[in-house]
Amino acid sequence: MTPRSAPLRRHRLEILTPEGVRFGLPLAGPVARLVAWIVDALLIGAFMSAADKILSIFQSLNADWYAAANTIAFFVISVGYGMAFEWLWSGQTPGKRIMRLRVVDAQGLKLQFQQIAVRNILRFVDSLPVLYFVGGAAALLSRDAQRLGDMAANTVVIRQNQFAPVDPAIFATARYNSLLDYPHLAAVLRQRSAPALVDIALQAVSRRDELSPEAQLQVFGELGARFRRITRIPDEVMATLTDEQLVRNVLQVVTASRRS
Amino acid sequence: MILDLPRFIDSERSVWDELESILARLDADARAPMTVAEIARFHYLYQRSSSDLARMATFSAEQPTREYLESLVARAYAEVNTRDYTPRRFRPLEWLFGTVPRTFRKHFREFVLGVVITIVGSAFGAAAVHFDSSSKAVLMPFQGLLQTPAQRVKEEESAKGDRLKNVKSSFSADLMTHNIRVSLFTLALGITWGIGSVITIFYNGVILGAVAADYVQAGYTQFLLGWLMPHGVVEIPAILVAGQAGFVLAGAMIGWGDHRTRRERLRVVSADILNLAGTAAVMLVWAGIIEAFLSQYHQPVVPYNLKIAFGAIELALLTFFFARAGRIPPGHSRRQPRSPAHRP
Repeated sequence: MTPRSAPLRRHRLEILTPEGVRFGLPLAGPVARLVAWIVDALLIGAFMSAADKILSIFQSLNADWYAAANTIAFFVISVGYGMAFEWLWSGQTPGKRIMRLRVVDAQGLKLQFQQIAVRNILRFVDSLPVLYFVGGAAALLSRDAQRLGDMAANTVVIRQNQFAPVDPAIFATARYNSLLDYPHLAAVLRQRSAPALVDIALQAVSRRDELSPEAQLQVFGELGARFRRITRIPDEVMATLTDEQLVRNVLQVVTASRRS
Repeated sequence: MILDLPRFIDSERSVWDELESILARLDADARAPMTVAEIARFHYLYQRSSSDLARMATFSAEQPTREYLESLVARAYAEVNTRDYTPRRFRPLEWLFGTVPRTFRKHFREFVLGVVITIVGSAFGAAAVHFDSSSKAVLMPFQGLLQTPAQRVKEEESAKGDRLKNVKSSFSADLMTHNIRVSLFTLALGITWGIGSVITIFYNGVILGAVAADYVQAGYTQFLLGWLMPHGVVEIPAILVAGQAGFVLAGAMIGWGDHRTRRERLRVVSADILNLAGTAAVMLVWAGIIEAFLSQYHQPVVPYNLKIAFGAIELALLTFFFARAGRIPPGHSRRQPRSPAHRP
């Protein structure tokens, strides 16, 4: 008899559009959310302190009004901070922005104000008994890393990376591509190069400047060896190529498959 | 087959850039007006980018471009499927005198549930004090309520000067913020399938019943009504409205007899929950002002009958407001859809 398992944690929120297109949003982990919350908590403290400083100007005029305004300001800042920022910054607070996190609708739709308000009101329960213990436990146990407020509001917190398409210039090679002189070799490489290997090679080429010279040698050496294992590359070709140039030439052959 | 990636990016990049620029414009101003031609173009760009994503997913494992396209399509998908092309702004008066009473009536059953729980709690609290006066300390762990009614009344009526002088505003602010916190907490506990909301409302009823029984038994009914009615007729319903919102949330969590998914049920009620939370907050601001500036003053400063009459008028107005305000006459819808027959 197998024990009942808890729902499996997902790392991506998969959405299938009515047009049949599937896309995924990377879900934020609890550690990144905790750091974002710490930043926000510090900022809330700073805002409260600033409000107190500003309001203290009026203390000498009327101490009662000063105390009342202070109480209301503290309440509005503590409850309204998350709501205001998430609404104005489309699902981000300063903490979330620093950590590149964003609150989004769980079904990929546009975030509505009522969702933001409900998820922030539910903080009263999520923060119980101290330091978001309930919310943290709920997020750890939930399939989509949702705290109770996220469940009630139909929201999830995602990681928002800076995405950009790969620069087509990286496929261009100024040098003569000797692999094109061997049509059968090019055909075998196109046929047998696994998409995952091509992807790694693309990443290596596009990010080569981020690597140290030693790392470049190692990465392109290993990738060159992988491609050489796919098919035997004649010695006269290899004699004129570095590993990096081999990888670039292979990429040109493989990705530009329909070019003449 | 592997996609001819350089050619693919070369040919589609302009489409993606155009879609990105529209999305950036919408991000900057969600209510930015769009012409029909712009909407059609936006939709075309979204569909074309979706198609590109589908091709990428099928024919290429190239990660950065696919992630970029996923992010782009996700943003466009949200705009296309959610965007309300009618510019609308929040109108406080329309919300207060239209949306609030309509939302209250829409979920009246949940309000009645809160009233019933409060009555049961009050009966329990009253019975506890009646049969065991020592239970006061357990039921009402507040220093101000532990003295006997006779002591309290004597103290209040013989007070020399204004005890709340120079602290009325701050006292009022304390009451407002504390009560709004309690209300929002009661609402939020609806996520526990309503169990937490039931407990909070029941306990509120227990305290109310115990205090009432204590003063009525001691023969100070008039003092009790004069003390509680001016703010209580608004404050207690406000807590019940927050409980009502909690029960709406609980109902969506449980979903008895509702074939929709939990996510769909919660999506439908989220605006109502927010409206009820706002209603409770507005009511508690009023109750906080009245409690600090009127309820704490007793005879001979303010006659009890005047305070009771004030409370009764408030209750009548509140009842009328929730029962009648914002009603839409039969045959009229809030938004008149434009049909061909209406066109000039």
